Amino acid sequence: MAEPLFTPEEQKKFDAGIAEILSHYPPDRKSAGMLPALRLLQDLKGWLPPDGLRLVAKNLEVTPERAYEVASFYVMYHLKKPGKYVIDVCTNLSCSLWGAEKMLAYLEQKLGLTAGETNDKFTLRETECLASCGTAPCLQINEDHHERLTQAKLDAILARLS
Amino acid sequence: MASTAKAVEPVISAAWGKPQSWTLDSYRSRGGYDGLKRALTMEPAAIIDEVKKSNLRGRGGAGFPTGMKWSFVPKDSPKPKYLAVNGDESEPGTFKDRYILENDPHMMLEGIAIASYALGVHTCYVYLRGEFKFQAERTQAAIDEAYKAGIFGKSMLGKDYELNCYVVRGAGAYICGEETALLESLEGKKGWPRLKPPFPAVVGLFGSPTVVNNVETLASVPPILAKGAEWYAKLGTDKSGGTHLVCLSGSVNRPGVYEVGMHTTILELIHDDQYGQGMPKGRKVRAVIPGGSSAPVLGADELDVALEFEALKMKQTMAGSGGVIVMDDATCMVRSLWRVARFYAEESCGQCTPCREGTPWQTRLLRKIEEGRADMSDIDMLSNVASSIAPYPPIGLGNTICALGDAAALPTHSFLMRFRDEFEAHVREKRCPFGDHPWGSFGDWS
Repeated sequence: MAEPLFTPEEQKKFDAGIAEILSHYPPDRKSAGMLPALRLLQDLKGWLPPDGLRLVAKNLEVTPERAYEVASFYVMYHLKKPGKYVIDVCTNLSCSLWGAEKMLAYLEQKLGLTAGETNDKFTLRETECLASCGTAPCLQINEDHHERLTQAKLDAILARLS
Repeated sequence: MASTAKAVEPVISAAWGKPQSWTLDSYRSRGGYDGLKRALTMEPAAIIDEVKKSNLRGRGGAGFPTGMKWSFVPKDSPKPKYLAVNGDESEPGTFKDRYILENDPHMMLEGIAIASYALGVHTCYVYLRGEFKFQAERTQAAIDEAYKAGIFGKSMLGKDYELNCYVVRGAGAYICGEETALLESLEGKKGWPRLKPPFPAVVGLFGSPTVVNNVETLASVPPILAKGAEWYAKLGTDKSGGTHLVCLSGSVNRPGVYEVGMHTTILELIHDDQYGQGMPKGRKVRAVIPGGSSAPVLGADELDVALEFEALKMKQTMAGSGGVIVMDDATCMVRSLWRVARFYAEESCGQCTPCREGTPWQTRLLRKIEEGRADMSDIDMLSNVASSIAPYPPIGLGNTICALGDAAALPTHSFLMRFRDEFEAHVREKRCPFGDHPWGSFGDWS
């Protein structure tokens, strides 16, 4: 028998979260809750497993294909299980002028990953603009921003990730 | 340069950096919600007239007059009306709205309340870019305070007017900052821009009349109501009222968000002690992108120009979203454009063929040129590909549904126009003339 998607505690959070999301939209527009519902699922499971996508679709009264279509459009949704820490390094113009390309190369060497690769602990990605151009260079680890990074600061941050 | 630029009375950023500036108590102690109090004594049409008279122009990039946009909403529509706040700040070089959300979210919320009352809106969605987790939490906390204080909810400061306000986070797609793509995303779909007309003011969210306003635009509304349209209009130029926020980044000593008058020039912004405080390591300015990465680049001899809509238009560029990116004399222009082009290739939604095919094609050609593998025909090809996405000039008449195509092509056209010799040098020398280029030579990554 397949393992259930949620623990009882997770199921409770999911049901309450979906009810809260749907209360923000007209009753005949349940599908509008798609982005927050996908985020809720990802917060609970760390990614969007196929069973979870089907469950979101059922709650929003749309087809599972529609949920997949939306999930695959946005870069912050993970359709494959990522590492425990997803590191997004901005290498756009303002950040690169303050060393982002070198910071990415340093991370690739330090983590033993090329941008785009995943191991159990880390997913390393090159990303496009995190709205931190004035505090460059920057990166995001899961949902937390880190700005004005120096090598020493980055090393200290990585050392704290268990 | 010492401080010679004429400082302005801050309108948006007055409280930034002050303790607890994001709380309702702090906001009220500064006269917060006085604008709403006045608005609630006025007829909705009079509020719209007041905003028209203020010459407030949208701060999201297009610079459309805000009062006029509001006046397009049909008054007799039987459908509910919506307000959507555009906080999907994602254009390279632009990072001002997050400062408002972090430092003074009630200023935006008061703008939401005034706009909603003037437009007959009872539901507002604040759409923030997905990466803005902290900013979303702070905005939500301010919304919670506004509900408790009787500003949002069943009545508005005691007046029988219901307004509900919800925060929605995107999930990492620059295109959702385009107003119709934002509405698609709010409806729970992928962010594919819609054909216009019909415009959102008539057919918007859920098929209903909808106004989409940028965060800074709405934050500018309370002072207009509190101090009057004439006061606000006089802070700006004939066609554009008020001050505005500019985001300074790249090769400057003190990057950041600065509130400036419309008369402030790019040179002053870079060098003045109040703002950028000059260039690091004694470098000189080579080029500046004046309004977010899509704005045509200016050369070093074109920078004595005010950071204002009309003045920049005269230089065939634009104020856009207020993102000023400075490049110094050791920066390779081909590599700079490659970085910008990658962004548009990554963020194209894929709906229109010229943009879907053209943006990665530009990127591939630029990489080839930067790495010294190109011949001269590749430079012409780059120009042709950009023209296929959007001809140049004029600005704004591209071959795609939305302006992302224009935004992707404009940098290519303008870099080639101003720095073509540098592209040709890459081809002639079969390498980047900057050799082991000095990218990242600021900070401690050198």
